[in-house]
Amino acid sequence: MVTEEDKIFAKNFRIDDLSDVPAGLPRHRKLKQNRVVSKKDASVDTADAIYSGGYVSSGVDNSVKLENFYEDFKVDVISCTETDMEFDMIGIDAAFANAFRRILIAEVPSMAIEKVLIAYNTSLIVDEVLAHRIGLIPIAADPRLFEYLTENDQPNEKNTIVFKLHVKCPKGQPRLQVLTNELQWLPNGSEFLKETGGSTSTSNSNSKPKTYTSFSCSQDSLPEYAESPITPTYLDILIAKLSPGQEIELEAHAVKGIGKTHAKWSPVGTAWYRMLPEVVLLGEVEDEKAERLVKVCPQNVFDIEDMGNGRKRATVAQPRNCTLCKECIRDHDLVDLVDLRSVKNHFIFKIESTGSLPPDVLFTEAVKILEDKCELVLADLS
Amino acid sequence: MEHGSFTNDSFASFTLAEEDHTLANAVRFMLNQDPRVTFAGYSIPHPSLECVNVRVQTTGDPAREVLKDACQELMLMNRHVRSVFDKAVSEFKVEQARLAAEEEKNKKAEEEELKKQRDLLASMDIESD
Repeated sequence: MVTEEDKIFAKNFRIDDLSDVPAGLPRHRKLKQNRVVSKKDASVDTADAIYSGGYVSSGVDNSVKLENFYEDFKVDVISCTETDMEFDMIGIDAAFANAFRRILIAEVPSMAIEKVLIAYNTSLIVDEVLAHRIGLIPIAADPRLFEYLTENDQPNEKNTIVFKLHVKCPKGQPRLQVLTNELQWLPNGSEFLKETGGSTSTSNSNSKPKTYTSFSCSQDSLPEYAESPITPTYLDILIAKLSPGQEIELEAHAVKGIGKTHAKWSPVGTAWYRMLPEVVLLGEVEDEKAERLVKVCPQNVFDIEDMGNGRKRATVAQPRNCTLCKECIRDHDLVDLVDLRSVKNHFIFKIESTGSLPPDVLFTEAVKILEDKCELVLADLS
Repeated sequence: MEHGSFTNDSFASFTLAEEDHTLANAVRFMLNQDPRVTFAGYSIPHPSLECVNVRVQTTGDPAREVLKDACQELMLMNRHVRSVFDKAVSEFKVEQARLAAEEEKNKKAEEEELKKQRDLLASMDIESD
């Protein structure tokens, strides 16, 4: 017999209200939400439900809350030197990690040689190839101290760095290697005189002779470069080889630019990230199987634990080393025992700088650039 | 640039010039996380064009305002990322410096200990002479 009371109870009944029903997504759904699992022939759960109402039928709000982000976001620096950096970025979406990576590679400015004025080149390398090689040399100069050289600008001390290269292999000597240490910084700008068509007017004769740059002051008078002259980052890069009697005389003009225009302006050798691997043993892996598992992994992720009386058990010792090569799940016996997962919101980020700026500064510059982009859109919309 | 409707401002397409996946994907993510949005997506009309089209459809709020909010939040998140990152790096550098100093100290102590022992040995030699 159903009473009126029962009816009211049934009407108002919600399973989520019961004290022993856990809030939020059930565990298996949560696993799907924040782990990618590498199966034998493909990865599963790769897609993110980024839509705010993606889990509304489970009673879960998937919208991003700034307060939650402020609380959850974490950065762990693993290593940081003048050129390389590795850090963990936790609690952020791939959209952000990828934006930072793309900006680091293509949109953070650096200085690179753009114009090469060749006065004399009898070497085996033709002018255009030589110019291209010189263009790719990384320059250790802070791009924040310089301005972009626009089409209407004259090259001056604020937007151009000039290098001179003059080498000759004397006759009777062995072959000469021209390295980047021969590139000599000219803080006063170009030394090559500009030819003024035909007759030179007398009114110009007292003033400074016209060169390919118009520096108003010497760059080494600037406080930033008073003590440390501008050089290429590495002084042992081979530019050309000269046989006896051959000679190169040229001037190289470096300007500011971004990697989108040409890769020589990219301030990073590379910047990349991967999701944190998570290796889980779904059952006990013992004895012969354990030994096989340890042996099959090229990255030494697993270790053997002695359980006494001659029995052994496999453990996951270094999951961070895992490259998800799937060697372990190619084995028929092990495929059901090992789960290779990636944590969707935990990124291992690596930056290799080419030397213009240390990698940690590059990253903050990249974030600033993304901020500026947002600001630009905002200004455009209002 | 906005392509919308005069009568209903709850949906619109926006063309962002000189932008690519870098910004558009992040903005799309922020838009999708907003409960007022029913649909948000972006496309690049042609690989040789330097622009992206962002489509926003909302439950009623003006699409322009929703997009502005998304950009605003994206900016705030970036600001937070930068501050957390700077803090983590400076902490790491302090820790590195401390470790280096400690190592130096240990090295010095070891050298002193060695010197002491050597001196002791030398003095013992003299005594034996």
